[in-house]
Parts: sequence; C-alpha cells; structure tokens
Amino acid sequence: MELVRTENLCLAFGGIVVADNINFSLQEGERLAVIGANGAGKTTFINIVTGYLRARSGRIFFSGTDVTKMPPRGIVHLGLGRSFQLPQLFLQHTVRQCLELAAVGRIGSLPLLKSLSASVDQSEIDHTLEVTGLAARGEEMASALGEGERKLLDIAMALVLRPKLLIMDEPTSGVASEEKHEIMATIMSALAERKVTSWFVEHDVDVVTRHATRVAAWISGRIAADGKPEQVFADPEIRRQVLGTH
Amino acid sequence: MIAGILSLIGAAVCLVLGLVFPWMKVPIIVGLSYGLAALGVAVLMRAGQVSFGHAMYSCVAGYTVAFLSRAYPALDGLLLVLAGIVAALVAGAIIGLFVVRYREIFFGMLNLALSMVLYSVLGKFYEITGGTDGLRLERPPFAGLRLDRPGYETALLVTALLASLALGTLVQRYFGSAAGEALAGIKTNETRLEYLGMSARRILWNGYMISAGLCGLAGALVVLLQGLVTPELGYWVRSGEFVFIAILGGSAHALGAFIGAVVFQVIQLVGTMLLAGTWKMLLGATLIIVILVAPTGITGVLPIKRWSRSRERKLSLQPVTGKS
Repeated sequence: MELVRTENLCLAFGGIVVADNINFSLQEGERLAVIGANGAGKTTFINIVTGYLRARSGRIFFSGTDVTKMPPRGIVHLGLGRSFQLPQLFLQHTVRQCLELAAVGRIGSLPLLKSLSASVDQSEIDHTLEVTGLAARGEEMASALGEGERKLLDIAMALVLRPKLLIMDEPTSGVASEEKHEIMATIMSALAERKVTSWFVEHDVDVVTRHATRVAAWISGRIAADGKPEQVFADPEIRRQVLGTH
Repeated sequence: MIAGILSLIGAAVCLVLGLVFPWMKVPIIVGLSYGLAALGVAVLMRAGQVSFGHAMYSCVAGYTVAFLSRAYPALDGLLLVLAGIVAALVAGAIIGLFVVRYREIFFGMLNLALSMVLYSVLGKFYEITGGTDGLRLERPPFAGLRLDRPGYETALLVTALLASLALGTLVQRYFGSAAGEALAGIKTNETRLEYLGMSARRILWNGYMISAGLCGLAGALVVLLQGLVTPELGYWVRSGEFVFIAILGGSAHALGAFIGAVVFQVIQLVGTMLLAGTWKMLLGATLIIVILVAPTGITGVLPIKRWSRSRERKLSLQPVTGKS
C-alpha cells in the first residue's frame, strides 16, 4: 500500500530551488534512507510533506488523502509521526510527561481537571520507555538527558502516536559514532515491533546500508537516485556528489 | 495536601480577621479579588505569555454588574457576579480568538492596546457609561437577603473566600491536567505540540478564557463592594498590578497568586504609612529583589512547590509501583 505520494512538488526560497518538481512515492513496510549534502533539500522536503512548509505547486497524498494544505496536526492524526534533527522536547517536563503528552495528543482530548498521568494508559508509556531504552530516565526532566537520549525521546514521543509512518531527520546526528549503531538498533527494533514504516535522513553510509531497504539521494532539490542501497551507492555520480568519494 | 491545609488556614485567618476587625473586610475582599485576577494572569504565564491588559476583563465584568444592577435593582448579588463572569468569558472568547495568534511581547502589547481602547471608549461615552465618573449602583440583595452594610460586606467576604478556595483548587488541578500540561508545553515547544496532533492556539485560547473568567470574577466582586465602577478598573496600571502579583507569587502553584496578593497589600499598606507619596518605590524595589533572588516567584522557592511536585510524582509512579 502506498503511504506517501508527491506529484510535481516545487518550492523555492528566493532564487534557490529547494524542491524541484519532485515525484516521489513511499510504500508501506519500506525503510527509506535519504542521503544528500547539506542544503540539498532533504529537510525541506520533510517539512513540506509534514505540513510545516507550503509547496509553491504540486500535491501531497498521505495514506490516500490529499494533505497538501493540511496543518501538521491534521497529518499527524492520519498516522504520520516525525522526529527532528534538533530534538523537539518539552524541556520543563519529565521524560514520562513528554510521552504522556504525546499519548493525549493521539487520543485527541485534553481533560481540564483530570491529571495528565491518569488521562493515559501508563502501561503503554512504560512499554515505550522500555523499547526505547529510556526506562531508567522516566522520572527525570527532559532537559537532563544527553544528546543521544534526547534523540530517543524525540522518537519515542512520535512512536506513542502509533504512526503508520515515522519520519526521522538525522536520528544519529550529534551522537558519538560508537553510540550511533546502538541508537539505530534500538530505534529500528522499536519500529519493527510496531510495524511502522520508516523514512530517515542519514549521512553515515554504514548506518544506511545496515538499516535501509531503499535509498534516495538528494542533489539540489531533486532526487538524483532512488533504489536499493547497493544500486545507489554504486552510482559514480552519487559517490562523487553525495558521498564525496570516487 | 499541605497547600490545601495552608489555604484553609489562610481562609480561616481572613474570615476571623474580617469578623473581629470589621474595617479589614474591605482590604481582604480587595486582596482576594487581586489574588483571583493574578491567578488568571498566572494561568497565561504557565504558557510563557504575559498579558498587560487583563484588567479589561475585570472592567467588562464590572460594567456588566453595574448595567444590570441599575436596570434590575432587585437582581441578586450572586446573579450579578455570575453575569459579570459570563460577560468576561464571552469577551475573552472573542478577543482570545485574535490574540492567541500572537506570542510574547506582541501578545502582551495587544492585550494592553485592547484594554486601553476599552478604557477610552468607557471614558468617552458619557451618556451610557458615566464617563470617567463611572456608574454608581445600589446595594443589591445578596443570596436572597436584604443586608445592611456590615452584613453585606461579610457576605461578600465569605463569597470571595469560598470562590478563592474553590477556584484556587480547580486551577491547581487544571495545572496538573492534560490541558494544563499542554498549556505549559506552549512555553517550551509549540512546534512539538503541533506534531503531537494538538492545536497550540486552541490550548492557549482555553487558558485565555479561564484567565478572563477569573479576572471577571475579581472585577465583579470589587464593583459590588465599592458600589461604583469607573474606567480606572480597566486601566493599564491595574493590569500591571495583576502581573506584579503573579510574578511575585509565581505560577508554580495556584496559591502563589494569593500569597502575592497578600504581599502586595502589605507593601501597599506599610508603604503608604511609611513612605506616603513614594510608596511605589517600595513596590519597584520588591519586584527587583524578587526577580533577582527568586525569578520563579515565592512559590518557586517555597517548599510548597516541592510538596506538590513530590505528590504529582508519587501519583504518576503509582501504576509502576503497583506492579512490583
């Protein structure tokens, strides 16, 4: 089943084209890695698909619904979760409260007098903390977490939404290289358990080849190559322009 | 629990003081109304927004009370209070639709601007509003009784105390609720709220309505107490006083607004006695000290914040500990 489809998507900031007539599709069950140099338009494309930016022209479909003019919260309710390059957390809340807020967001009702903790299923929160490796940090403030844990919490919050698709913008950036694989393994195992389709932006070729079933390479606001990791990485143009190797 | 006991003790002290020293009824009622209005301002401060114009909702409620009381002199005081709150809520709902689109200084200044528009309109339409002289109203019946002045003031004191206790408790529950925590989420990460499927504007609008209602109640009580409403009730200086009290008390706990109001009243009383015309210097100095020493307000440094936190933590831990 097709989860995402974009048709002739275009966007430019001034004279700089950041999305150049993009026709893209993502099927359920895929693990898509998006690669590309800084400024190639990877995050901009995610921002357009998730409703943060409006495309100048073109259409976006998520799960068969036209979401081109929908605000982010509308797309989220259709089953799209997102994490950010800079983790977007509630730093004055505890880790558990961050997840509880995500849970009430999914439920869609905000009781005025019922406590936050009583408004959600705590076993679900405990399970999410467990699968994302944050169980020991549940009662700590989100601001007390290290960079890697912040990334995990950012993803955990999106997971509580029970998305069909989770888009992760550089889930391992800013994390020590030895932690990268551990974090990605934790994330991928959590996604596999919930059968969530994934789309992640990543610069580390090793991480991509290990965890992606499909790779899309971005160059100057367009998809320069799209296919299986070994096919894309074998392309000399991609090796030169994206990976900086020959 | 401890905050609740403190609140009950505080209410009992206020009641006893009012009954033993009748002259204290007026400052206590005024203090409680300031506390209620500051509580409204504190609700918005949880979202990181400061309104410099919330006295306009006290003003809207006050004029509603005055218009209704003059049109229907037999109308009960409690109904007049209720009507004042409803008017403030309606005004808050309408104005809120517009102002919740803005944040920080723009939010604060828009509220200030709108309050000054109301202030000017009330001052200019003399035939309807009485201009800067305002409107006088007769003492209405209260809870079905025709009361003399002392009895009427006692009834208002009891009403203000009960309303403060009830609303303080409800607002504290709201702070810990899903809606209240989401409101606090606006302060730290509005983008994430949207990506959790929540409308930050809607959440802030709900908080704005609550704050308008609380300020409306404050205005209705003051007007019933004074038997007079003037545009001064909505002047920006009064909005500033609400903000001052809210900052002084802090928004960590609903009790903070009332603690701030007590401190404000004491400073005002002592300052006018000792410094006469320059008592506001004392207010300014206090605010500077609070911002430097306790930027989260009195409730931010008192153990009361830790009590409520540890209690919340215990509550949130219950399902986990229950398993083991």
